[in-house]
Amino acid sequence: MAENNRAVVKLKERFAESVLDCKEFRGEVTVTVKKEKILEVLKCLKEDLRYNFLTDVTAVDYLGQDPRFMVVYNLYSIPNKDRIRIKAPVTEADCSIDSATALWNTANWLERECFDLMGIKFLNHPNLVRIMMTDDWVGHPLRKDYPLQGPDREPYKGRLS
Amino acid sequence: MGVDNPLGENIVTTSLDSLVNWARKSSIWPMTFGLACCAIEMMATGAAKHDLDRFGIIFRASPRQADCIIIAGTVTKKMLPVIKVVYEQMPEPKWVVAMGACACSGGIFDTYSVVQGIDEALPVDVYIPGCPPRPEALLFGLLKLQDKIMKERNSFGSSIGLGERLEPAA
Repeated sequence: MAENNRAVVKLKERFAESVLDCKEFRGEVTVTVKKEKILEVLKCLKEDLRYNFLTDVTAVDYLGQDPRFMVVYNLYSIPNKDRIRIKAPVTEADCSIDSATALWNTANWLERECFDLMGIKFLNHPNLVRIMMTDDWVGHPLRKDYPLQGPDREPYKGRLS
Repeated sequence: MGVDNPLGENIVTTSLDSLVNWARKSSIWPMTFGLACCAIEMMATGAAKHDLDRFGIIFRASPRQADCIIIAGTVTKKMLPVIKVVYEQMPEPKWVVAMGACACSGGIFDTYSVVQGIDEALPVDVYIPGCPPRPEALLFGLLKLQDKIMKERNSFGSSIGLGERLEPAA
């Protein structure tokens, strides 16, 4: 059913070599795209297909897999009332991706949150500093290898009885 | 009456401590520091059914005009310097009430960003457990703070240089 989706069909014909995968789950369409052309893909979705509302930019940490991170863009089309999700794999060695602030101003803070908590750098971002943690925090808390209690406290030992 | 009243019938003698402590406990003006869900319960306690105004408790927004600070809610490490600045702006005498599980000990948030109890930074007088504590529980805690204030001794004397201020431990 995802193959019939207008947006997916158009993306596949325009960016045939960048689209890696497309999935559909209970009505939600997800397209995995290579990170090099992400700005063109998002521009095409925003302007030609009218997915004009960027609802969220997050990242997923697949510790142990390569590529380690997956940056996820959730888009919503206000005129068509339709949602789509774009995922772009990012490796740990080259932990950066182009910033979408040129297209959406809201991407400014969303990408700052992603950088603060996961450590993914967004190139050409106007102000890429921490937004949730304190400015002098070391480490990226939402990565899978970051201890839950923080680096200076003992880990929780579980049920002690 | 059978008691001799040498000064006259309209004169009452008491100790300075009783008078000063009574005045302080009957008009605790807390600085609202509602950070999270406990703030809602604090608002409910201040509202009509469980009235705080009948105990003389008026919430003041400015720390300069408050004598108690009720830390209601989760304290994150980012908020801690702010709390310290606000606490230092309060004039003496001042008391600290830790309301709720998160202010007492970090609550269920045993994580990297939550301070595990505000007593890491401030000297707490009354701990009120609960998640969130019911308005009755907050009232009980504030009444306990009033009892604690009544047991202080020589606060006036210490401020003019005669002796030490004696605060009760419990």
